[in-house]
Amino acid sequence: MREVAVIGVGMNRWGELWEKSHRAIWTEAALEAVEDAGVDRVDAVYVGCMSGGLFVGQEHLGAMLAGELAMGPIPGVRVESACASGGLAFRQAYIAVASGAHDVVLASGVEKMTDVDGAAATYALSTAADQEYEGYHGVTFPGLYAMMARVHMHRYGTTRRQLADVAVKNHAHGTMNPLAQYRDPVTPEQVMESVLVADPLRVLDCSPITDGAAAVVLAPVELARRLARAPVVRVAASAHATDTIALADREDLAWLGSTARAAEQAYAQAGVGPSQLSFAEVHDCFTIAEVMVVEALGLADRGKGGEAASSGYTRLGGRVPVNASGGLKSKGHPVGATGVAQVREAVVQLRGQAGERQVRGARWGLTQNMGGTGASSVVHIFQGEGRR
Amino acid sequence: MIGTARYWREIPQRYRYEAARCTACAHVAFPPRTLCAKCRGRAFEPCTLAGEGVVETFTVIRVAPAGYADEAPYAVGLIRLTDGVRLMAQVVDCDLARLAIGDRVRVEFRRIRQDGESGILCYGYKFVPAT
Repeated sequence: MREVAVIGVGMNRWGELWEKSHRAIWTEAALEAVEDAGVDRVDAVYVGCMSGGLFVGQEHLGAMLAGELAMGPIPGVRVESACASGGLAFRQAYIAVASGAHDVVLASGVEKMTDVDGAAATYALSTAADQEYEGYHGVTFPGLYAMMARVHMHRYGTTRRQLADVAVKNHAHGTMNPLAQYRDPVTPEQVMESVLVADPLRVLDCSPITDGAAAVVLAPVELARRLARAPVVRVAASAHATDTIALADREDLAWLGSTARAAEQAYAQAGVGPSQLSFAEVHDCFTIAEVMVVEALGLADRGKGGEAASSGYTRLGGRVPVNASGGLKSKGHPVGATGVAQVREAVVQLRGQAGERQVRGARWGLTQNMGGTGASSVVHIFQGEGRR
Repeated sequence: MIGTARYWREIPQRYRYEAARCTACAHVAFPPRTLCAKCRGRAFEPCTLAGEGVVETFTVIRVAPAGYADEAPYAVGLIRLTDGVRLMAQVVDCDLARLAIGDRVRVEFRRIRQDGESGILCYGYKFVPAT
């Protein structure tokens, strides 16, 4: 396998982009990544998208979006793994470059979620759960995570205030991200008094409905060093693991086995452990998700994920900033784009281009993208080589 | 949404509460599967799930998906049955404010929803407090 680097990144301002179509949103981000990389062609396009079919009635996205680039008859591959579609699209692109099948590859993600109403969006997202044995009983995604939260609170004493502190931290980070959907700070009181969605989770515990895209360009590390347009960011590890799709089949309802497994493999590949990470971008689709992910990544002991946010350990300026971008919570969560946007943030941080939200001295960054209630987890580790 | 054939296929599980016991390792699969999740065995015998269990966790759905809005707020939980099987179902006829982890519940056959497009009345299991 060849060593691979990320040589270009692109992302648009996320939000309710009523005036822009699915393909226009994607093309904006894709072109920015290609221009940032300074290449005039890519050999293949990978697109993460959870549900073009339910959100905009459009499938066959590999061909459609490859066509938007007007680079000829290049391969276009759509990758679907629910909310981990973007992270997995990046991983497939990484494998293509590492294996030598392609040299320069665009990995991207897009979701256009506001062309349908709230009930239809809730339904589209719910298809990431087991339709016959979860969806049939009227459960929603906030509901599934609420059930996990209740076990975590019951067993470990995780508090309602600690969940709120995750939202408060990520919104504080998001105020410094010009591309974030919600750039407003929130207080713990606002979170804890916001509308109940699925007890104990409230609307400010949930990531929003978002339109957006993100894209990055991958190439062999040798080529990246020759181009040397920006500090080289190497992909140090790429791992993917699965778990049961139905929550009822999990051995432990308060543990994300797929994230723990993927992280273990990623740390072994990169030759670093959680204590050497400069920062992490993780899948905080709900506040409880970040609490559990931080534990599965080994950034906090089991049951201590809530404390990690409340104590400042995972805040910018803390020991390991988590979601300096604002996370899904503040930046937005256009599901298929999320995993690629995490990679984009890692690259921007490791290049030292993150502005106000820059993690000082960032050298190693981890991204974790998750589908369903943790039935899929994709973990990547990146190393910044600094200016050469 | 739920078409006729798709609904009909699940009737043994939803109406009759049918599961499958692996003849090699005795693990009970609900719903039935092709391969046993524990031993990868392929031979099963049908069995019926236990009618009682405890609430392992639950939530109260306030913002419901399409087709369930009229029922909200309603509780959905994971129930650990006395035979060891865990399943997801609504918990009804209970005080939502007092529902708690560890509560004992028993199964009842109830209407789940009416499917809007195909007009099917959808039935299945729900749980009620066991007193």
